[in-house]
Amino acid sequence: MKTYVIKRLLQVIPVLFLIAGIVFFLLRMIPGDPAAIYVGTNAEPGVVESIRREMGLDQPIYVQFFIWLSRIIRGDFGASIFYHLDVIQLILQRLPVTLTLGFLSMVFALLLAVPSGIMASVNQNNYKDYLFTLLAVMGISIPGFWLALMLVIFFSVKLGWFPATGYVSPFENFLKGMHYLILPSISQALLASAIIARMTRSTMLEVLRQEYMTTARGKGLPKVWVVGKHALKNAFAPTLTVIGFQLGNILGGAVITETIFSLPGIGQLIYTAIGQRDYPIIQGCILLTAFGFVIINLIVDLLYSYFDPRIVFEG
Amino acid sequence: MFLRRLIRNKLAVLGAVLLLFLAAMAVLAPWVATHNPFKLNIKERLQPPSSSHVFGTDGYGRDLFSRVVYGAAIALRVGFLSIIVAMTAGILLGLISGYYRGWIDTVVMRIMDAILSFPIILLAIGIMAVLGAGFANLMIALGVVYTPRFARLVRSSVLSIREKEYIEAARVTGCSDIHILFVHILPNCWAPVIIQATISFGYAILWEAALSFLGLGAPPPSPSWGSLLADGKEVLSRAPWLTYFPGAAIALAVLSLNLFGDGLRDVLDPRFKE
Repeated sequence: MKTYVIKRLLQVIPVLFLIAGIVFFLLRMIPGDPAAIYVGTNAEPGVVESIRREMGLDQPIYVQFFIWLSRIIRGDFGASIFYHLDVIQLILQRLPVTLTLGFLSMVFALLLAVPSGIMASVNQNNYKDYLFTLLAVMGISIPGFWLALMLVIFFSVKLGWFPATGYVSPFENFLKGMHYLILPSISQALLASAIIARMTRSTMLEVLRQEYMTTARGKGLPKVWVVGKHALKNAFAPTLTVIGFQLGNILGGAVITETIFSLPGIGQLIYTAIGQRDYPIIQGCILLTAFGFVIINLIVDLLYSYFDPRIVFEG
Repeated sequence: MFLRRLIRNKLAVLGAVLLLFLAAMAVLAPWVATHNPFKLNIKERLQPPSSSHVFGTDGYGRDLFSRVVYGAAIALRVGFLSIIVAMTAGILLGLISGYYRGWIDTVVMRIMDAILSFPIILLAIGIMAVLGAGFANLMIALGVVYTPRFARLVRSSVLSIREKEYIEAARVTGCSDIHILFVHILPNCWAPVIIQATISFGYAILWEAALSFLGLGAPPPSPSWGSLLADGKEVLSRAPWLTYFPGAAIALAVLSLNLFGDGLRDVLDPRFKE
């Protein structure tokens, strides 16, 4: 177990390094002088020159990359052109909003996905299962941002039940905060829940066919116990991988959701930064979200070995 | 045999019919559209659906039905071409990685893993933010995002095929690597690639709409479904029909490809048969 954890941790390092490389070279493809972009359009030429030297832009590109990388490792993501604040400071201010939204979305997704996936697997090939298949394929086809707009039309504009835009932290005022976050979370939860539900169904079906399930049923254990205890624990490991992956997509999708509902999170920060061509912010947000995605998947892999201990011996 | 099994899958047939319907709409747009999709008519702005404008009109008085019809051509073209880009790049990288193995395999696959480590929409947004809005850039961005999925699929197929005896036989008879890769190995990799391509095609349409919705995709005034939704968002309470129809069109396109893709998988890939 310990060697597996260490091995898996070491594997993450080259991936993080390559992610940083991709973001670095992507941002270098912007036409124009990075130093001029960094200091903004109104800077004096002398300032641009000193920034260029400071950023190491007079060095060969690979040297530049390592200079940049060493700053990133120290948590220095540069300063925003528009806000004149450190990028990391801006991100940390907005991170709680995006994380709260992501967490709530995943809670909604799981509440919908796991019971319906189990229900479909237990009722394989009858009308409940067909209904499930149809609903799930619709769930993965409906664009989340369209669902968000439709929810606003019906629940905010027509019925007036929920606010269309705005944000109150649920940590300050729980009920009011939830009131603002319900529509955004549901719109983000749909795709994830459909994908998780499909995975739950297919892994449950596989487990239900195993011989030990027949044995458990043959022993006369109640069906709820057999499905809930024996099947679910074994079916959960592959589902967990999909959950981790969907959590990453929820974090990415926050750009759209936060824009629609005017939530002051990282997604909205990226969106406004793109409009203002504030590249240090775009770079910082993309880099940190991708890092977060890798860390989530790492945690999922480690949890996987808890749910399915065989993986440790194979790994 | 293959076709008969596909036809027996009702949901796959439904998907194929919907897809053909959308493709016909896209190809026949000039005849299907009831109005010029670009013609401004301020006097008729924000009209609700009626007999003269079945989907209503937008903030500039343009006929929404005609814009949705023309939007089908954009969605299918951008989606299709970006998947062609991803498929071509992914197949080449997957063939090379799986066949030659060694350091080249390690380098290529680690880069693919790194690309897969980004949430799809975020990487696409990053690429579009750098390259700027436009159709060609959309295809590049979505192509890059989907390349690793094809590369990994092809590589894993190649890894098992290259150990087969007929590959050894081809090598012994003096076939060149290129001949072996394209004539003996590639034709045996198609099934998973086609399934992946069909499903990715649907998502490429979805992401194109999302990027255009954010103003990072199709340049105005092109009637991309995502741009139509962005226009509708500005007048959400006054003209909700501007949101209903373009969104339904996106959902329909993605649904048709998902249904068809699922059907293909059931028929082509025996592992998924239940």
